[in-house]
Amino acid sequence: MAVSSPFGSSIKRREDPRLITGAGHYTDDVRLPGMLTMSILRSPHAHARITNIDTSTAKAMPGVVAIYTGADLVDLVAPVPCAWQPKDSDIKVPEYRPLAVDTVRYVGDGVAAVVAEDMYTARDAAAAIDVTYETLPAVVKQLDAMEAGAPQLYENVPNNVAFHFHLGGGDVDAAFQNADLTFKQRIVNQRLIPNAMETRGAVASYQRGSNELTLWSTTQNPHIVRFLMSLCTNIPETNIRVLSQDVGGGFGSKIPMYAGEMIASVVSKELLRPIKWIEDRSENYVATTHGRDHVDDVEVAAMSDGRVVGLKVTAYANMGAYLSTAAPGVPTWLFSVMLGGTYDIRNVSSDVYGVLTNTTPTDAYRGAGRPEATYIIERVMDLVARKLNLDPLEVRRKNFIQPADFPYSIASGAIAYDSGDYEKTLNRAIEMVDYTALRKEQEEARANGRFFGIGFSTYIEVCGLAPSAAAGAMGFGGGLYESAVVRVHPTAKVTVLTGINPQGQGEGTTFAQLVSDELGVPVEDVEIVWGDTDRVPMGWGTYGSRSTAVGGSALVYAARNVRDKMMKIGAHLLEVSPEEVVFENGNVHVKGAPDQVKSFAEVALAAYTAWNMPEGVTPGLEETYFFDPVSNTFPFGAHVCVVEIDKDSGKADVRRYVAVDDVGNVINPMIVDGQLHGGIAQGLAQAVLETAVYDDNGQLLSGTMMDYAIPKASSFPNYELDRTVTPCPFNPMGLKGVGEAGTIASTPAIMNAIIDALSPLGVEHFDMPASPQRLWQFVHEQKGN
Amino acid sequence: MYPSAFDYFRPSSVEEVVKLLQENPEGKIIAGGHSLLPMMKLRLAAPASLIDIGKVAGIDGVRSENGGVVFGARTTYDQIMKSDVVQQTLPIAVEAAGVVGDIQVRNRGTIGGSIAHADPAADFPAVLLAVDAKVNATGPNGQRTIGIDDFFVDMFTTSLEPEEIVTEISVANPAARTGMAYEKFAHPASGYAIVGVAASVTLGEDGNVSAARIAVTGAGPIAVRANGTESALIGQAPTAENVKAAAQKASDGMTFLGDIHAGEEYRAHLTRVFTERAINKAVERAKG
Repeated sequence: MAVSSPFGSSIKRREDPRLITGAGHYTDDVRLPGMLTMSILRSPHAHARITNIDTSTAKAMPGVVAIYTGADLVDLVAPVPCAWQPKDSDIKVPEYRPLAVDTVRYVGDGVAAVVAEDMYTARDAAAAIDVTYETLPAVVKQLDAMEAGAPQLYENVPNNVAFHFHLGGGDVDAAFQNADLTFKQRIVNQRLIPNAMETRGAVASYQRGSNELTLWSTTQNPHIVRFLMSLCTNIPETNIRVLSQDVGGGFGSKIPMYAGEMIASVVSKELLRPIKWIEDRSENYVATTHGRDHVDDVEVAAMSDGRVVGLKVTAYANMGAYLSTAAPGVPTWLFSVMLGGTYDIRNVSSDVYGVLTNTTPTDAYRGAGRPEATYIIERVMDLVARKLNLDPLEVRRKNFIQPADFPYSIASGAIAYDSGDYEKTLNRAIEMVDYTALRKEQEEARANGRFFGIGFSTYIEVCGLAPSAAAGAMGFGGGLYESAVVRVHPTAKVTVLTGINPQGQGEGTTFAQLVSDELGVPVEDVEIVWGDTDRVPMGWGTYGSRSTAVGGSALVYAARNVRDKMMKIGAHLLEVSPEEVVFENGNVHVKGAPDQVKSFAEVALAAYTAWNMPEGVTPGLEETYFFDPVSNTFPFGAHVCVVEIDKDSGKADVRRYVAVDDVGNVINPMIVDGQLHGGIAQGLAQAVLETAVYDDNGQLLSGTMMDYAIPKASSFPNYELDRTVTPCPFNPMGLKGVGEAGTIASTPAIMNAIIDALSPLGVEHFDMPASPQRLWQFVHEQKGN
Repeated sequence: MYPSAFDYFRPSSVEEVVKLLQENPEGKIIAGGHSLLPMMKLRLAAPASLIDIGKVAGIDGVRSENGGVVFGARTTYDQIMKSDVVQQTLPIAVEAAGVVGDIQVRNRGTIGGSIAHADPAADFPAVLLAVDAKVNATGPNGQRTIGIDDFFVDMFTTSLEPEEIVTEISVANPAARTGMAYEKFAHPASGYAIVGVAASVTLGEDGNVSAARIAVTGAGPIAVRANGTESALIGQAPTAENVKAAAQKASDGMTFLGDIHAGEEYRAHLTRVFTERAINKAVERAKG
């Protein structure tokens, strides 16, 4: 049964045959006897008072079982919770009723829930509910919402500012006074719609007698759902089972607790029948959280050689109409700690205003705060280069944190980077693009009047979200450790229960590789189980590129404890002391005598028959491990983007995309490349394709896939990828995480390239989206002038 | 994405379709369904009944006839792309079909459905205008032929009578030294044309343009001919400068639509740009 180490091999994803042949089991695939379907009637107005709801016609329709309004739910369920409330931020959490009671505050705010025998009836009945609204003035942009006289969403949130957060370090004022160059730049990071392939949904089944709620929920973190659901419904946590096995993408939008699953749960308890609620795409666009939406005022202090000595950021984050579960943590902590990027900037301060508007609530979206920060600092590097007439590469080199500086404490002291060699990734990227030749090509293109640009992004991100003490200090309402159970069965098969909850990231494969590596069993003998709160002891879920660094570490330590126990049992069977045996390829043999051996299967069976156990060793072969890392991980890299803008149509075409990433050690290169490919596309799409657009009345104009442009396979060229490897010292595998890296890096890389392409027109900054129309308009106007 | 309830009919002959249209004034014909069904799912359309022509005999496929090409109304884009007849005599139809939607849409969507639905951003209205197609329709009073120039009336509106069905679309074989091209700027979200320009250019013995039909879709409420461009081109040598000058007139007199991706001014500009590109390509092809 000898197996070579699978760590580092690109074995194919074990999940795929099932998923791509339609044999997956998503929430909408759950069908229970007697199940009813629920449709939520949503507000067509961005801001209005509800003066009357007449459900009589709808209730009388055949097949309609019940209709609930906001008032009906007040005694049944608590408001939708906000579970990340940064300390010292004067945060005001407005009451977020699962269905609005008297006022609706965004297009999509829930008004009534119709429960019917089938979805067609539920939809027809929802359309037959007569709601009388008294419309109120709406405000959709955060800066407008802060103005005097702006429509107020809540009496107790003056100027719609829900919180103000500050993080700083060094002496920013002195840095600005002593600098050779200071400048200001406003940078907009527009609102995006996450667009997971599977929309959100839930099936709730409350059993009479046992008083147990079983909830299938398409979530990234089932234990958080169980925890919050218990708090919101008063159903004891012991009586709630949350299932979340196949989840079709999340990108952060499936972290929050949502009204839909809360309503389904309490309605099931009321009616004692299973309730299914599944969003369609149009509902998903308004009812599932959006991402980003910052306006950032950036002030920079630099020396004439390109060194950045001070950075001051005032961020205005559009939170939408309510504070979603994790939302306040995103533009505050996850943003502010990343503003220095890969650069040694000792004076940094950020002030973040979380502003409420009549829009869909925002929350985490792939990268969550870190893309917004990275975009700022990477634009700043280019702006400094432009203003000082330096090569953007030289400015970056001048500012890089050096390999000898690790662990590197950022200016505020809030976190310390683990390890890195930033210049190495940049040098490799430069080599791959052949920078000198590329600049020459650019010169020739410019001579012919073409818009040809080269852009860089030398990013870093904080990943492996943990440790728990940091979570507590940041006001995150939970821990950030992970648990794992490694259970070897009597037949030598292995089950792993993990607290993480993938939505396509491939841990069903990579975690099996880890177990195979630790225990010497074939990958196919390892089963990875997640998404069942009755089986998995505890978990905080999959987000923040934390699953492998934290959850994978838990399972490695659990597996090592299993191995230790196997060595004790094996030694006993071989009639030697545990110190005299080694564990190799799954077998226990006497040191120097490989023929005196007990196989993995023999030891596993012996552990369960327990006929002949060493003294003090209990029967069974199962270990549980709760792992809380000492720190985060910090993947980094250098991305280079080459674009050409078609002057006539304004379309920016990506000619080349080179990415050199350092994510530490790599378990499965193919899966890591896949994460990068998807992430890069998502980040490029923000720059040139995607934007959530509201009109002044708060109507979502980009409300369908006919209007909201997500990237397609044909949108971008093949990427050229490479890696450097700097192991992370904080986990046993030495890896850093890769889930968000591509998204974080690619947006600034392409925008820097686009702005470089336009630089002959004298432009220093251009806000996203760099859509064909906006680029054409800009070029057209410049020519006109 | 749940449509309202509707009645469903699946007739097997054109006569039956006409009878069903007479009996169901709120009914809609459905072929591939790739325009109508999305509207129904969004509840932007709620026809009381659907008349599925999937089993109607005699309205399918492409054939060569009387010095021309005849498309059955239910011919799919995929069939058009794979037809030897179309590839040889009317390659612009292959070129245009290849940029309609995606593979799934091309497998289901039909040429007759495209023009009868008259989506302002559909590709084929421009192509059929440029090739001077004729539309055969059958109604309670029998068959009639409608010239393509008289077919498109307004957004989602054609000159078909409510009880008529498109059965065939015919196109005469192009004259000698004719080149055609379809150039499209696709909507980044929907893939429909923000601007699509179909050009058919014939060169005379002297090398000058002897005939030209240029049509624009996507930019405005209906697909239209670029008359100013056509007349500016005819009789001229097809030089880059002349083409450019003629293309500048493409947006003259047009009405433009606007959305979050492309406003009216931008669409007018793109109309000129893509007209120039389509003509240049057509001229190259005319020269052989």
